[in-house]
Amino acid sequence: MSSPAEFVLELREISKHYLTHRAVHSISLRIQRGEFFSLLGPSGCGKTTTLRLIAGFEEPTSGEIHLNGAAIHHLKPYQRNVSTVFQNYALFPHLTVRENVEFGLRRRAENHIAKRVGEVLELVQLTGKESRYPAEISGGERQRVALARSLVLAPDVLLLDEPLSALDPNLRKQVRAELKNIQRRAGTTFLFVTHDQEEALAMSDRLGVMNAGELEQIGTPEEIYLRPRTRFVASFLGALNWIDGIGVRPETTRISKQAPETGARSRPATILRSTFLGNCLHVEARLATGEQAMAEVSRLGENFAPGDPVFLWWQPADELTFE
Amino acid sequence: MNRLRAWFLAPSWAVMLSLFLAPLVIILAYSFETRGAYGGTSLPWTGESYQRLGDALYLGILWRSFWIAGLSTLLCLLLGFPLALFISRSGKRKGLYLSLVILPFWTSFLVRTYAWMFLLRDTGLINTVLQKLGLIHDPLPLLYNNGAVVLGLVYSYLPFVVLPLYATLERLDANLLEAAADLGAKPWATLTRVVIPLCASGIRAGAILTFIPCLGAYLTPDLLGGGKSVMIGNLIQNQFTTARDWPFGSAISLALMAIVMLLLILFARRGQEGLI
Repeated sequence: MSSPAEFVLELREISKHYLTHRAVHSISLRIQRGEFFSLLGPSGCGKTTTLRLIAGFEEPTSGEIHLNGAAIHHLKPYQRNVSTVFQNYALFPHLTVRENVEFGLRRRAENHIAKRVGEVLELVQLTGKESRYPAEISGGERQRVALARSLVLAPDVLLLDEPLSALDPNLRKQVRAELKNIQRRAGTTFLFVTHDQEEALAMSDRLGVMNAGELEQIGTPEEIYLRPRTRFVASFLGALNWIDGIGVRPETTRISKQAPETGARSRPATILRSTFLGNCLHVEARLATGEQAMAEVSRLGENFAPGDPVFLWWQPADELTFE
Repeated sequence: MNRLRAWFLAPSWAVMLSLFLAPLVIILAYSFETRGAYGGTSLPWTGESYQRLGDALYLGILWRSFWIAGLSTLLCLLLGFPLALFISRSGKRKGLYLSLVILPFWTSFLVRTYAWMFLLRDTGLINTVLQKLGLIHDPLPLLYNNGAVVLGLVYSYLPFVVLPLYATLERLDANLLEAAADLGAKPWATLTRVVIPLCASGIRAGAILTFIPCLGAYLTPDLLGGGKSVMIGNLIQNQFTTARDWPFGSAISLALMAIVMLLLILFARRGQEGLI
């Protein structure tokens, strides 16, 4: 049975086990055509291995990978119509920008190479840099060459392995917007691997959170942030206060010197420190049980000094509950 | 500071001047003199030795030296490349394999060449085994021909190709090979379009390190060629010994040196173009 046409890529219980550990364990995933999907997780969670399994650099121990409804897990990398943007870009240093972008087209003996290379270089705004070598262009430009080199082949899915991590932090936010823009204009399905939760939330249509080789949750950024299914997901995406077995986000946690209104849940606490962050204050407090919690409060509100007795409170609707 | 530098360089200068430049000048002088009756050289000055270089006999030997050295270099590259590639992908065993490549150097070159003679001669190991097995009746002519010389040279110089090739292959980013496959390159295209161009410097170094000594090889053609497969090195040796024609021997030596230098300059030019 083939998967419905709207799913371009489907992983069915994919596992990659090594002698000593399970890099990827029983991951099932369906990616829609044209979607920007992110795999998010800490380093070593198996997200890059998953990407490498799809690209064909690794063979799955068990499970199936389907591209456009056809099994591809037994095919060689050069037989799969997916393409990878590597973390270090892996541009061919002996070839110019143009030759790098042409590389795949020439291997497939395709027509209109010059025209297609011109178009894709325009899409990634590299027109005029055609005869430069990778060593002669900036990191951001290299990343766009890597992108162009893959996009020109019109892959069914573009696999991106932490493509922003090699960039200057100042450049990252700008490139993030550019990347999203290119994805929208090219209409290509992106499978984006990152350990940066902000990146994943800002760019993705949907994302999957991975931990220790398993996929913990799949959903839209809102779903995952507002309704995390596990404690791991909740704490990996944003900060989390853990109070008496209940999770509360710092931005929904309140602190006041007076007891709160009825209906709110509250705990007595003592102020530890207060950090001024410009637009808000980060206030840390210790509960009677010894647990610490943090609240993001307006700088226009009350002032807190270390040692002040306060109430920590929140609305029951803002509580996060886990399986 | 500059004075200190001069002192540090002095030993090198002394060695180069006394052991390289001075003999070269002597050889140059010899090559323009007349042969002495019992070896050595005497006046008057003449260019006769250089005229004799154009003799068909000597051009033939020069030509043979070139093709034997060229063929040996090519075979070394063809054998050495897969070997170097294999070693560079061998993980923890790299060190072991590399020491195996270098292992022959622990024994005298002369002894190793004699060992080949024992293997290849009519009553040698290979012929004896083949005859005992009934595969051949008469012994195969394995020794004292061009083939034996090429075999000996390839055997001797293979490590000189493997080591520089290994050094470049080792540095090759494995992601580049994955990227090539990812972009649709089959293994052969990855090899020819990515691996070989990126290892050009190692290939060049290996080729030079093999071709030049092969061109001037003396011991291998003498022992394995048995006087039938004379190379330029043997010709030079002959002039200084039995032929007692030092001026001609000097002229051949200088001609060989000039040719090698010309080739090196051409190679260096190509190398610079290829560099990014």
